[in-house]
Amino acid sequence: MRAAGLVLAAALMLLPLRAAAEQVVAGLSQTRVSITTWFSGSEIFIYGAVKREAPIPQGAPLDVVIAVTGPSAPVIVRRKTREFGVWVNGPGLFVDAAPSFYAVSTTRPLEDVLSATADLRYGVGLKGLGQVIRLVDAPRWLGEQRDEYLDAVVRLQRNRGVYYEQIGGVTVAEETLFQTRLQLPAQLVEGDYRARIFLTRDREVIDSFETSIAVRKVGLEHWVDEMAHKRSALYGVLSVVVALVAGWAASALFRVAFP
Amino acid sequence: MNIYLPIAEVSVNVFLLLGLGGGVGVLSGLFGVGGGFLITPLLIFIGIPPAVAVATGTNQVAAASFSGVLTHWRRRTVDIRMGLVLLAGGIVGSGIGVQLFAWLRRLGHVEIFVSLCYVVFLGIVGALMLAESIQARRRTRRGTARRVRRHHWVHGLPLKMRFRQSNLYISAIPPFAVGMLVGVLAAVMGVGGGFIMVPAMIYILGMATSVVVGTSLFQILFVAAFTTMLHAVMNQTVDALLAIVLIVGGVLGAQVGARLSPRLRAEELRIALSVLVLIVCLKLAVDLVRTPDELFSLAGPR
Repeated sequence: MRAAGLVLAAALMLLPLRAAAEQVVAGLSQTRVSITTWFSGSEIFIYGAVKREAPIPQGAPLDVVIAVTGPSAPVIVRRKTREFGVWVNGPGLFVDAAPSFYAVSTTRPLEDVLSATADLRYGVGLKGLGQVIRLVDAPRWLGEQRDEYLDAVVRLQRNRGVYYEQIGGVTVAEETLFQTRLQLPAQLVEGDYRARIFLTRDREVIDSFETSIAVRKVGLEHWVDEMAHKRSALYGVLSVVVALVAGWAASALFRVAFP
Repeated sequence: MNIYLPIAEVSVNVFLLLGLGGGVGVLSGLFGVGGGFLITPLLIFIGIPPAVAVATGTNQVAAASFSGVLTHWRRRTVDIRMGLVLLAGGIVGSGIGVQLFAWLRRLGHVEIFVSLCYVVFLGIVGALMLAESIQARRRTRRGTARRVRRHHWVHGLPLKMRFRQSNLYISAIPPFAVGMLVGVLAAVMGVGGGFIMVPAMIYILGMATSVVVGTSLFQILFVAAFTTMLHAVMNQTVDALLAIVLIVGGVLGAQVGARLSPRLRAEELRIALSVLVLIVCLKLAVDLVRTPDELFSLAGPR
């Protein structure tokens, strides 16, 4: 009885200790990205250290996985089909949420640093994007083609350069300090980007850290966006007026310059 | 030098956009077509989302056609009365076209219908115009006089009106019908319809080529301005920054085109336009038949 109690107490003491054996402390070079008129992409530098109260554990090496996810939005994915001998778009599959940006940087190939179940649970890898891309109501016609359609979303986003993975993109020094650089593309969408950092050993997550990056349109970009969505009638009138004034100005300019 | 477009949410090279707007502007001033059938696919090709490309394209067309129409106005090559009759027909036609589009969408197959419409109309218009203008050129070379006015059924209809600039005294019904037909097609195909309007004015109404360009631009101006408003309010897909860059290129190009147009002979102008129309037609036809490399495509929810 007493022995059992001791074991329990020891186990209880050990549990939080074990969980906190290695903790990630991280920082970002910037937590705010401003989209200005001349914005042509940005690079963020993510760095951090492993905090531990015990010596570096022996055995499996430390690995780091860093994932940055952009805001999700619905998309429609279509497949071309042959009808009466010509290629036309078939019915569109409405995907409820697909991230506008997704980048993963790791120390080694994803399958070596993260088990399939952990990948699934945290929805990390581009293969695991099934978890990130959300499809609420699969229409009946979709049937067996579900994976083909969802894979196509990932492939097309990859081709646009908004989904990518950097194998070996994270460098670790002395099993303690780590860093990576992630390129934010020019076709960046406004919103809150989620940056997640996972420490793994033996393909299991031992600690994680999450922070966000605020991507905002500023100045002229912000003004145009606000106008277009909040005062659309005025915006429409202004668009036409700008067109007419420009048309008149060019005509007047040419009359003066080349009579 | 790249510019970030706030509504399209992509970053594109400014000079590329200026060149695109300019090139289409030249064609607009030269031929009296809005250029919607060129600018929209080109914008999509460089990575602008289709919904934004369609809406912003119409804004650029409004600017280029106004720029061109002013020059033609000063040269007195705009037949306002004819333009208004065509426009009235066009408004009725686009009302019908929007209904037709909704009906086709319910039936499914709307996309195949639109694609085939493009190919068939571009093909017919291009081929007929090319054949006719080559013949006309041969005739002028040989020195045989062209028959000035052909009398056919068009001239027997009631409601006659005098169109002074066009030098026509005909019934208002054919121009109204032409405007209506173009309106229907424009609504279904999502284009201004200049490339159908111009040949219809020449061959069905018998207007002189010199007046056709200005009058067509006059009508397109209203259609494009109205469509821009509609897109801005209903879909919020007009990108002001994209529009401004395209417009700067477009209005300058339209001026160049409008100034070039009197220097070229009417038949040569028509041959050039018909070749352009046939090239676009061929490209679309090839795309329809050829097996695409990527079968899937992504679009926004709009």
